[in-house]
Amino acid sequence: MRLSSRITSRLVVSPFVVVAIFTFVLCVLWSAQLSFTSSKIFPAYDYVGFKQYTRLFANERWILSFQNMLIFGICLISGALVIGFLLAVMIDQSVKWESFWRTVFLYPNALSFVVTGLAWQWLLNPSLGLPELVRHLGWTDFKLNLLGEQKTALYAVSIAAVWQASGLVMALCLAGLRGIDGEIWKATRIDGVPRWKTYLHIVIPMLGPIFFTAIVLLSLSVVKGFDLVVAMTNGGPGTATEVPAKFVIDHIQIRANVGLAMAGATVMLISVVAALAPWVYVQKRRKEARG
Amino acid sequence: MGVARLLKTTALALLLAQPALAEGKKAEVLHWWTSAGEAAAIKVFADAYNAAGGEWVDNGVGGDDTAKNLLASRIAGGNPPQVGQFNTSREYEEFVAAGLLEPLDAVSGPGNWDGLVPSIFQGLVKRDGHYYAVPVNIHGSNWLWYNMAAFETAGATPPTDWDSFFAAAEKLKAAGIIPLAQGGEAWQERITFYSVMLSVGGRDFYLKFIQDKDEATVRSDKMKEVIAVYTKLRDLVRETDAASPGRSWNEATQMVVTGKAGMQIMGDWAKGEFTAANMEAGKDYGCVPAVTAGGPYQVSGDVFVFPKTGNAADLEAQMLMAQTMIDAKVQVDFNLKKGSVPVRPDVDVAAFDTCSQQALQITANNDLIVGSTDMYATADLTGALQDVYTTYWNSTEMTADELVEKIVEAMKAAG
Repeated sequence: MRLSSRITSRLVVSPFVVVAIFTFVLCVLWSAQLSFTSSKIFPAYDYVGFKQYTRLFANERWILSFQNMLIFGICLISGALVIGFLLAVMIDQSVKWESFWRTVFLYPNALSFVVTGLAWQWLLNPSLGLPELVRHLGWTDFKLNLLGEQKTALYAVSIAAVWQASGLVMALCLAGLRGIDGEIWKATRIDGVPRWKTYLHIVIPMLGPIFFTAIVLLSLSVVKGFDLVVAMTNGGPGTATEVPAKFVIDHIQIRANVGLAMAGATVMLISVVAALAPWVYVQKRRKEARG
Repeated sequence: MGVARLLKTTALALLLAQPALAEGKKAEVLHWWTSAGEAAAIKVFADAYNAAGGEWVDNGVGGDDTAKNLLASRIAGGNPPQVGQFNTSREYEEFVAAGLLEPLDAVSGPGNWDGLVPSIFQGLVKRDGHYYAVPVNIHGSNWLWYNMAAFETAGATPPTDWDSFFAAAEKLKAAGIIPLAQGGEAWQERITFYSVMLSVGGRDFYLKFIQDKDEATVRSDKMKEVIAVYTKLRDLVRETDAASPGRSWNEATQMVVTGKAGMQIMGDWAKGEFTAANMEAGKDYGCVPAVTAGGPYQVSGDVFVFPKTGNAADLEAQMLMAQTMIDAKVQVDFNLKKGSVPVRPDVDVAAFDTCSQQALQITANNDLIVGSTDMYATADLTGALQDVYTTYWNSTEMTADELVEKIVEAMKAAG
């Protein structure tokens, strides 16, 4: 009886396993395989060794895209963590209309990156958006063109991303804060420790796993980041806000160079694995520790 | 071609599995002409095809890249539409090589296409003696458009060379008009670059550059002159028009239409915007082919291809479509709406306006025209070069020498 139910359950699961293996494992392997060929529009199987990778890392746009991804990642992760945590702390002070604020702060996260990108593009437009508002308020020679300058455009994109992602970090941190034992607060109060010190030295270390989860989630959205950039700047001005995912898509769709695109995709995959590895490692250690 | 055969059998299997759809000559047309002016133009084809006994099934997809990508994946996936659009370029050569497109012998032979199709397009639509695509128009990518009222207000005279261009720009600027409306997208910065290159360097220089990828040409003094003018244009835009980055081409044209800006360098598709605003060529707005008159005119165009479906009824519909699109009267009606000029020389051109008349004269002379870059180089290389131009246009640090080095690098890598 027991054996047959186990077989049934395996039978039920098996189609999904097949689909998963086919779509994830095989397709990933196939992409990696194509990166060693000179494929243009159609897959070709003339192996050219590491030629596409040599070209990839000699390509300034790719290098720039990768640098942009790192800068964007640092800005987004640090910005979202700080703002998200502060919002959570604020809401945790038993404010009035708590659920209202929670919804407001979490709401941007429900929007797609395309909507966020377009909205912020309008907000930052030098002749329509916030700069125009400031001029109307009296500072008539106020000038701000974050999206139009190569040096600042990437930070403008980061601001929009932080706006969107902070709500998620807030929700995670709030869950963590609510999980902290009330006794700890009582104990620190009796000892006369100031609240901010309690947050800094006791609460933040206790929220470690939460921060870790947030960092992993945010890093993934950084690596696959595409839609926000396309909606906000389309990689411009010039190539100032290019990102790796856009490089890959452009080379598949417009430039008919699947080989080079797959080399880029493979490097992205490796960076995702590198971002996930510490998390997987920590999880495993924890499981072992629990026995 | 193992892949091709596999695709063909897949396509055949799919067709056999379905009941035959095509009763009357039904043809699904996958294209990207969805803006108001473009839609009016393709409607000419649709009406003519329906009148000829066919059934036009419209599948307009906004954005040429999206539409091309969809077409490519449908052909590769064995489920192609009967008719699909590409630009007159090398971008469909892999499909021809793989045997996925229908040769048009049944129409091209009797129609004497060898005598009709401009020689500059021959190498792109014909392979091994067979035609695989119908060219439908000749566009010009390098035009200067200007608002006559704005010029009058500023007391400026229409430019004939780069010196008079910058003199006019100064006057416009002094009158509080933005001299040059530049759209801030990478491909528009590319158009500007080649417009400058053609007018400064000339026809042979351009061909040596894009066709031969000649390094000595890239490093020549002439190239430095080209870059100098390009830089001057860039600085002019930077000084007078902070909102340029990210602007679309038709927004830029609108600035010229309304007189907020004086001039724009853009292809002749911009004419549709002037026409839509009820402005008259030669009276309300002026046009200079090749930006500085007498320079080489850079032509581009659109073609329709007919993917093999393995179905005889489809083939009949496809041949009727090819026949319709190149028909003399249809060519005139279509190109009047599209802003381009007909591909065949034997048509009545009385109805075309003064800008198109100039284009007709120029395109009749092979020594005055060159093709767009994607007629000579792969999408890979033209794209890599575009990255370089747009980086330079938007950079505050990159020098002219660095620009030259990066062009050389791009040519070596993407060759």
